[in-house]
Amino acid sequence: MDMSPGTIRPKLTARGVNVFYGDAQALNRVDLDIRAHEVTALIGPSGCGKSTFLRCLNRMNDLIEICRVDGDIRLDGEDIYDPAVNLVYLRARIGMVFQKPNPFPKSIYDNVAYGPKIHGLARSRADMDETVASSLERAGLWEEVKDRLDAPATGLSGGQQQRLCIARAIAVRPEVILMDEPCSSLDPIATARIEALMDELRQNFTIVIVTHSMQQAARVSQRTAFFHLGDLVEVGDTDTVFTQPVDPRTESYISGRIG
Amino acid sequence: MTDPRQSPTETILASLPRRRRAEARFHFYGIAAIGIALGFLILLIGAIGHQGIGAFSQTEIALDVTLDESVLDPSGTRDPETLSTANYRAVVRATLGEIFPEAMRKRRDRRKLTELVSIGAGFELRELVLADPGLIGRTMRVWAPADDEVDMLFKGVTARDSGRFTGKQLEWLDRLEAEGRIRSAFNWRFFSNGDSREPELAGILGAMSGSFFALLTCLALSFPLGVMAAIYLEEFAPRNRWTDLVEININNLAAVPSIVFGLLGLAVFLGFMGLARSAPLVGGMVLALMTLPTIIIVTRASLHAVPPSIREAAIGLGASRMQAMLHHTLPLATPGIMTGTIIGMARALGELAPLIMIGMVAFIVDVPQGLLDPASALPVQVYIWADSPERAFAEKTAAAIIVLLAFLVVMNLTAVILRRRFERRW
Ligand SMILES: Nc1ncnc2c1ncn2[C@@H]1O[C@H](COP(=O)(O)OP(=O)(O)OP(=O)(O)O)[C@@H](O)[C@H]1O
Ligand SMILES: [Mg+2]
Repeated sequence: MDMSPGTIRPKLTARGVNVFYGDAQALNRVDLDIRAHEVTALIGPSGCGKSTFLRCLNRMNDLIEICRVDGDIRLDGEDIYDPAVNLVYLRARIGMVFQKPNPFPKSIYDNVAYGPKIHGLARSRADMDETVASSLERAGLWEEVKDRLDAPATGLSGGQQQRLCIARAIAVRPEVILMDEPCSSLDPIATARIEALMDELRQNFTIVIVTHSMQQAARVSQRTAFFHLGDLVEVGDTDTVFTQPVDPRTESYISGRIG
Repeated sequence: MTDPRQSPTETILASLPRRRRAEARFHFYGIAAIGIALGFLILLIGAIGHQGIGAFSQTEIALDVTLDESVLDPSGTRDPETLSTANYRAVVRATLGEIFPEAMRKRRDRRKLTELVSIGAGFELRELVLADPGLIGRTMRVWAPADDEVDMLFKGVTARDSGRFTGKQLEWLDRLEAEGRIRSAFNWRFFSNGDSREPELAGILGAMSGSFFALLTCLALSFPLGVMAAIYLEEFAPRNRWTDLVEININNLAAVPSIVFGLLGLAVFLGFMGLARSAPLVGGMVLALMTLPTIIIVTRASLHAVPPSIREAAIGLGASRMQAMLHHTLPLATPGIMTGTIIGMARALGELAPLIMIGMVAFIVDVPQGLLDPASALPVQVYIWADSPERAFAEKTAAAIIVLLAFLVVMNLTAVILRRRFERRW
């Protein structure tokens, strides 16, 4: 596409991705590159397949019985739909924050510690404490929960749970983080925190974010992809997409006429 | 229909009384249904309790027995063999003779008098002496169980003029009572004895022990198998024609009458595998067959009820399917699994038909000590006693039902408590 080859190496490449839920097609021949150390925003009206595409990238769609994915998706040039791929390793490298906050019904501490624990990332208890604290800190939740790490995570407010899920995902230090509307239940302050976090994480990680907020997409992302009814309509540098969209559908969505 | 000129507010207001009446009616139906159910329950428990309460007390007769060495241990060796085969019945008879010397003259009178005291009196003396041979030669007062007919008389079940007692017997009993030698005591024999032909000696311990061993086998087999099968089917098995077939079969098995499992046990465990008849091991195996589908279904339902978002969260972090299941899904499903298992066990405890098929219905005096000893079980005991002609067995039957119900209540309460304890909100 409009990627200038050689400048920035794509972290993830999707070619001809079709997704079906039973007989219904949710994505139609999507080609998209996700570049390393960038934030890529996926925008589009509700039901256009943004979450579906995101879930293809770490094979979460495998869990849905009726879902069928074909096409070619590569992480650093390796086909992630290859039968030989180790899913545990893949998902440790590509972390995910879900659209609906889904903390484990355990303590706040255990929620954040779970990922590092199963992957054996913390060498000692102190190491783990450190990981938990820094993850919560970066997700902007530390101040609110530092005195009640043993309290059940389900007792947190919706926005706090969302930030907890972000902390839980970054505690594993994945290479790519997929975020499905991470700020949908957050107030402007917490949203600003998360946006700052994304900017910071971008130094070391690759981020894909689904958002309904045009402003947010414009603020945090370097690249924007616009989906419409299962088609990838347009993708390009965020500035270009927002100021000079090529496709009329993009233009009307951004200006608020569809979606 | 509604007048288009009427405002919605008026329409809503007009409909309110009707809705309120509908609510009230529904409320009433609910309370009536619960009331009827409770009424029957109270009737049932009341009737059984009324009938069975008598079995928890036993008429006893005070005897000042002299443990005569010349009768019990003429050689004076205190050899346990001699002591256990000695004629304790004679000691009891001699003691009665001291109270009623006149009855000792005629053989017929002597027999009629001895009949009043249960033959269990002799057994209990033997136990005393075997436990402490030093008692020999001493005189002491023991409360011996009265014969079941005497027991029934003092409990007011049989009338004096029922023809079951001779005039002399009634006279002797009156004198014993006047001398304060008759009392009604808690019937500990009911809880410490196995079955017996003598109602006053018959106890429930054998049946309880049989039920315990059978349930233990049942739990040990059906719980791990059932939970594993359910986990596999729910979390790992691919959905295809085979798993659908397995699922349909499991659901059907849960509805198969228990006696069919009994027949299967008879054919396979006894006929083909040649295991012992009447053994709690086989009983438990048959009950396990019966309980297995229930446990599988309950476990699957509990696993299914765990929100998929929890599983997704774990898998999204890179947990394997197995880790997601062991760390998250299974713990959240545990209260449901335990409740279902306990309820399945409770059903197995009350099951009679399959046990009859595999011969756990024999008359067994000894309390079973292991999985292979011949045994009966609580519902079997109820069945055997209900079938016995002696009047005293009627109250034993009801008492056995009370014990069975008590166990069921305890098991169901445990299920409720476990559920409360381990239930977590998410
Ligand atoms: N589990 C599922 N089973 C069946 N159809 C699904 C499933 N998940 C999504 N779909 C369908 O796929 C299409 C795309 O859904 P998707 O969740 O990707 O939309 P979205 O762009 O994320 O929308 P939103 O912005 O509302 O989250 C929709 O038509 C939806 O109905
Ligand atoms: Mg979505």
